[in-house]
Amino acid sequence: MNLTFVNARLIDPLSGQDGPGALRVVDGAIADVAFGHAPEPGDGAVIDCGAKVLAPGIVDMRVFVGEPGARHRESYRSAGAAAAAGGVTTFVAQPDTNPPLDDPALVQFALARAREAAPVRVHAMGALTKGLRGTEMTEQRFLLDAGAIALTDADHTIESAKVMRAVMLYATSTGALVVHHPQEPTLSRGTCATSGEFASRLGLPSVGPVAERIALARDLMLAQNTGARYHADMVTTATGLDPLRRAKEAGVGATAGVSIHHLTLNEFDIADYRSFFKFDPPLRSEDDRQAAVEAVASGLIDVIVSSHEPWDEEAKRLPFEEAAPGAVGLETFLPACMRLVHGGQLSLVQLFRAASLRPSEILGLPSGRLTRGAPADLVLFDPNAPFLLDRERLASRSKNTPFDRHRMEGRVIGTWVAGDRVFGGSDAA
Amino acid sequence: MSAFPHRHLLGIHDLSPFDIRAVLDLAEDYARLNQSHDKHADALRGLTQINLFFENSTRTQASFEIAGKRLGADVMNMSVGTSSVRKGETLIDTAATLNAMRPDLLVVRHHNSGAVALLSEKVNCAVLNAGDGRHEHPTQALLDALTIRRHKGRIQKLTIAICGDIANSRVARSNMLCLGKMENRVRVIAPPTLLPAGIDRFGVEVFTEMEEGLKDCDVVMMLRIQNERLEGQAVPSTREYFHRYGLTEDKLALARPDAIVMHPGPMNRGVEIDPAVADCERSVIREQVEMGVAVRMAAMDLLARNLRAERMA
Repeated sequence: MNLTFVNARLIDPLSGQDGPGALRVVDGAIADVAFGHAPEPGDGAVIDCGAKVLAPGIVDMRVFVGEPGARHRESYRSAGAAAAAGGVTTFVAQPDTNPPLDDPALVQFALARAREAAPVRVHAMGALTKGLRGTEMTEQRFLLDAGAIALTDADHTIESAKVMRAVMLYATSTGALVVHHPQEPTLSRGTCATSGEFASRLGLPSVGPVAERIALARDLMLAQNTGARYHADMVTTATGLDPLRRAKEAGVGATAGVSIHHLTLNEFDIADYRSFFKFDPPLRSEDDRQAAVEAVASGLIDVIVSSHEPWDEEAKRLPFEEAAPGAVGLETFLPACMRLVHGGQLSLVQLFRAASLRPSEILGLPSGRLTRGAPADLVLFDPNAPFLLDRERLASRSKNTPFDRHRMEGRVIGTWVAGDRVFGGSDAA
Repeated sequence: MSAFPHRHLLGIHDLSPFDIRAVLDLAEDYARLNQSHDKHADALRGLTQINLFFENSTRTQASFEIAGKRLGADVMNMSVGTSSVRKGETLIDTAATLNAMRPDLLVVRHHNSGAVALLSEKVNCAVLNAGDGRHEHPTQALLDALTIRRHKGRIQKLTIAICGDIANSRVARSNMLCLGKMENRVRVIAPPTLLPAGIDRFGVEVFTEMEEGLKDCDVVMMLRIQNERLEGQAVPSTREYFHRYGLTEDKLALARPDAIVMHPGPMNRGVEIDPAVADCERSVIREQVEMGVAVRMAAMDLLARNLRAERMA
């Protein structure tokens, strides 16, 4: 269907433009972007954006969906609905399912389920090692041929440098993007908080930011050594940013992400053992949070992810140490990011560079930009609309959000994938 | 307004100096009762006390049991070995099940920090924390405070050294809070591997050399160290630990001449404390056990008064 968006505030992270304009969609792709003036009139519906923000849809690189094995936590149908409601037009499912996506047939299964059930674009990462055990590499060529967009062991860190090196070296011949969770496992195992006065007062087993730096420094050295394309899924500490900065300056093909929760919450949010604030890596100090936000603004951290981790109530109604880590994030991604925009720490262009453009570039996708020929994957939202978040109204099957009953600003009005409206009513002309 | 305005006793963190004094003063009365021929009172008559221990403890459980019985409560012990928690029941389901039996006092020990507070949100009775993970063990800190007060005549402006596995000890945390609130000078002594992160912000003085830390102390409080930490994980060996951090007569001589020696028990003789010191006349370790019963009687009495007042209202 052909569409024309008029009276919009357009955000294009590729050109760095933020301004009033109009955008025309023909056959599911962007046909014309007109900053400052109206495009040539065409057929199809006209959508008056009411001066609200029209931006490339969010590309979320880190989403857990419970297919196969845990549909009670999240299915492709519910994750797809949550994504559409959140302005996420593409997401990448993680392979830590049950069984894990370490076999080409399983990747195909997940992608087929997504095609049937999800209204947004879905990709999946395959496992880096068999069973996510960190000992034997998976069939990279077959996984990629089956449709895996990258390879990762999700929140499992490969402990052996020898295995990691072999995986990365082999990946230079398959072209696989190696995505890894850099938390030194011998230090991190059994911990659930960031070490410091607060965790010590609560008596929680804790780990210092040094665990992130050690694992990241090792990975970056191996990336340099092998020439592999490497992406650190989450860098959350100031000390972890040092080796990342140096590797980028040295021209290592490395990129990094951070979750929206690590950008908007800190260790004190755990308060009296609130398990909805348990994350892996754990929430950090306020100084680290600020450093991560600055790194997103400067581009040192390339990508923001929701790190969507749906958990049923039982997994969270436990003592903090035993509760499952992670939170749902697809629907709260944009309003949570808007806290940083309203706080003056990120511009909308910087936000969509990290939420849409950079993940697309890293994954080799044509989305994430408002340019002619790019897919018409779009989000229209009111950056100032206030609301009180009620977790029971989330589309996600699990309701474990840390933002329950929080005042948020920024509401999605509509989401389009390839020019089709997948959220916020219909576009009947 | 109650003299002790709390529904539960979850940690020293929640108590004011006034609350702490209220417990100690009442415990003093019960200490006298416990030394008399007829040890019975009826503060808890008609009430049901359940001791729910997810972690084994002979001593603390016995102390709470005797305390409850002396005050006339119906006491029931439930330990994890015989409960369905082993069969996969969650803590909250266990709490709901016990709650349906209408207990009035629930004494809980659990291996996870914060677990007792979590449980307290799901029940209608008063909950006493008998130790949660590495977090708090409030009745231990209160009985220590009472013991100190009986020997020093006060529980303020004393120099008190806590020595041993500070990082993993809930006794240390509760004592740092309690003794700090009562305006004492608190020192901790441990190898760096047994100090928690951020200890420099706890308002205590930190020593890694025992000889320095013991100088001019009024009270020397030793902590138990678990065997597995002595085998190279945090400390190279038992003998090196004893050499550096074991309390011997020589090291004790650095403290004030009238300094008392304390230990929450059970002791590892020859590991953190020389047997001769443990049994010397400056040791008040047995009296700590005795005061434990009195403090627990006082704490349960105060909570039961609030419970009754709430039910009358």
